[in-house]
Amino acid sequence: MNKNTSGQRTVSLACLIVGVISLIMALYLDFMASKELDIFFMGIRLSGIRGWALIIGALLILIGMYKYPTDTHHRNIINFIFLFPLLFTFVVTVIIPLILGIGYSFTDWDGIRINEFVGLNNYARAIHQPAFIYSILLTAGFVIVNMIVVNVVAFLLALLCSSKLKGVGFFRAAYFLPNLIGGIVLGYIWQFAFSKVLVNFTAALFNYGYSVLSDTKLAFFAIIVVYVWQYAGYIMLIYITGLNTVPREVIEAAAIDGANAVDTLFRIKIPMIASTITICSFLTLTNAFKMFDVNLALTGGNGTVTDFMGSRLTNGTEMLALNIYTTAINQNDYSLGQAKAVMFFIILTAVSILQVRLTSSKEVEM
Amino acid sequence: MNTEPKTSTKVISFIIATCIALYILFPFYLVVVNACKAPMMITESPVSMNGVSFSQLASNLNDVIHNVHFQFWYAFGSSVIITVVSLVLLALFGGMAAWVICRNKTVWSTLIYFTFIASMIIPFQAVMLALISTFRDAGNFIGIPMLRSIPGTIFAYCGFGGAMTVFILNGFIKGIPYELEEAASIDGCPPEEIFFRVILPLLKPVIVTVSILNGMWIWNDYLLPSLLLGSNSAVKTLPVAIQSFVGSFVTQWNLILAAALLTITPMVIIFLFAQKQIIAGMVDGAIK
Repeated sequence: MNKNTSGQRTVSLACLIVGVISLIMALYLDFMASKELDIFFMGIRLSGIRGWALIIGALLILIGMYKYPTDTHHRNIINFIFLFPLLFTFVVTVIIPLILGIGYSFTDWDGIRINEFVGLNNYARAIHQPAFIYSILLTAGFVIVNMIVVNVVAFLLALLCSSKLKGVGFFRAAYFLPNLIGGIVLGYIWQFAFSKVLVNFTAALFNYGYSVLSDTKLAFFAIIVVYVWQYAGYIMLIYITGLNTVPREVIEAAAIDGANAVDTLFRIKIPMIASTITICSFLTLTNAFKMFDVNLALTGGNGTVTDFMGSRLTNGTEMLALNIYTTAINQNDYSLGQAKAVMFFIILTAVSILQVRLTSSKEVEM
Repeated sequence: MNTEPKTSTKVISFIIATCIALYILFPFYLVVVNACKAPMMITESPVSMNGVSFSQLASNLNDVIHNVHFQFWYAFGSSVIITVVSLVLLALFGGMAAWVICRNKTVWSTLIYFTFIASMIIPFQAVMLALISTFRDAGNFIGIPMLRSIPGTIFAYCGFGGAMTVFILNGFIKGIPYELEEAASIDGCPPEEIFFRVILPLLKPVIVTVSILNGMWIWNDYLLPSLLLGSNSAVKTLPVAIQSFVGSFVTQWNLILAAALLTITPMVIIFLFAQKQIIAGMVDGAIK
């Protein structure tokens, strides 16, 4: 079938052989380098090029496989080559760190090495830490308030933007605009708005400049204000799409039957966009749980709680994600941070599964 | 039958919509106005237009761009390279993987697919600490640094963005009729060419969607680059640079807001030009 099959076979085998040799050499050099042995060949420090030898070797093996003249297995070879790059990066960045991370949480890992296995000690330390328990409760409160407020605000905005309104395109774009900006920048912009502008405003109003961010309770609501400001426009867009799927005939039929606007809203529109509500509450839930950037930039997690479980806390506005970060990176307690991260993972998974179960059971089949 | 709302309701809803828009755009106004002021004028009147001048804006921007902690052009360049290369690789590798997964109904392809889907719920916090050590060890082992390097960060984004990319592309490929591929195959087209000549061109609209979703995430992401690049390293993305800049200039709001203005502007310009695609992409991505 193929005229130059033998030529192709030679190319393929050459690539495979050179590739395997290069790979073996690279791995040998890797092991030597990990014992801090440098190997020189004709004046070249081979350890310095071991990375390239590895990459070139792997590429040559893939090319050799691709060139290999076979009709029966060609499809399988292509499947392998096509899956390999993404799967490889995925395994190295997600699967291996996840498994290692769960393993590390049972040891005294300090970010670099492990001395001993400590069982559930890290988990016990975490749940006996008032600051951590406080973070969990704060996050739970934030997630609940945020989920309700974002969804209600976004839904009202969607109703507004799907009615016959002049300049509706502009309003949609304007409401969505904050979502384009990263949480860090946004946090600093609002820090300015709260600590400079609002202070001046309250000073003019009450003769007393009140800084919202330095009051722990108000700072919590400040975070919610910022998060709603950022997120409601995005959720609004999804609700608009949902509302557009409600057939006109159904609404007209309801109007003929004498339903007023409120009836139409609660008895027709909301039940018919139940699947959209599921999506939006899932998105707001998981995103609020993982909120980190705004928290870091707006308050840095600071805030004083005078008495929580008998101790004085200074992390009054610190959500879980930030708590994990500060535990590991700032306080350099990697194993404790990792144990908290595993608990975070478990809580998030449980809550999201529960939420999808609950809301999707209320969906209406169209 | 009157579905047309009354003029009075129209006017009221227009007024409400305008008020909300003013509220939402107000922080942007604050950024622009105060980036054009001297520090003294900001303390005096942060809201008014007093003291706004272009020469002050130029001097603020100049200070920010040449600041040692910020180094705007380096950060901007790194952000562009990381985002663009990650998007191209994700689209290419994601398309290839999604096509293989979609067109092979075997046990392993289903297994890989469900692993991808399940992994989407893993929060970054659960893997980030071990990720740093894995990257450090792998970098030491193979002799190519994975930490504090742009290729390492791109590699990580390919790994983390892969699941969602495959998920969305897979849904789209399912809708492409298989007869198309059979016809090409009968004409003697090998599978790799079927993908690059038949499937990939058809994937264009959904690749735009995926790239918008991934692009917004990668461009604005702070945690991953701050951990993999480190806040003191020479390579920084814009969010990391902003953070280390603010950390060193806590009170100089004119400079902080000028830096914010620099970071926001590229995004806003892109949004003005590709508004429709971005909005459609964000919604499509969420619904699927």
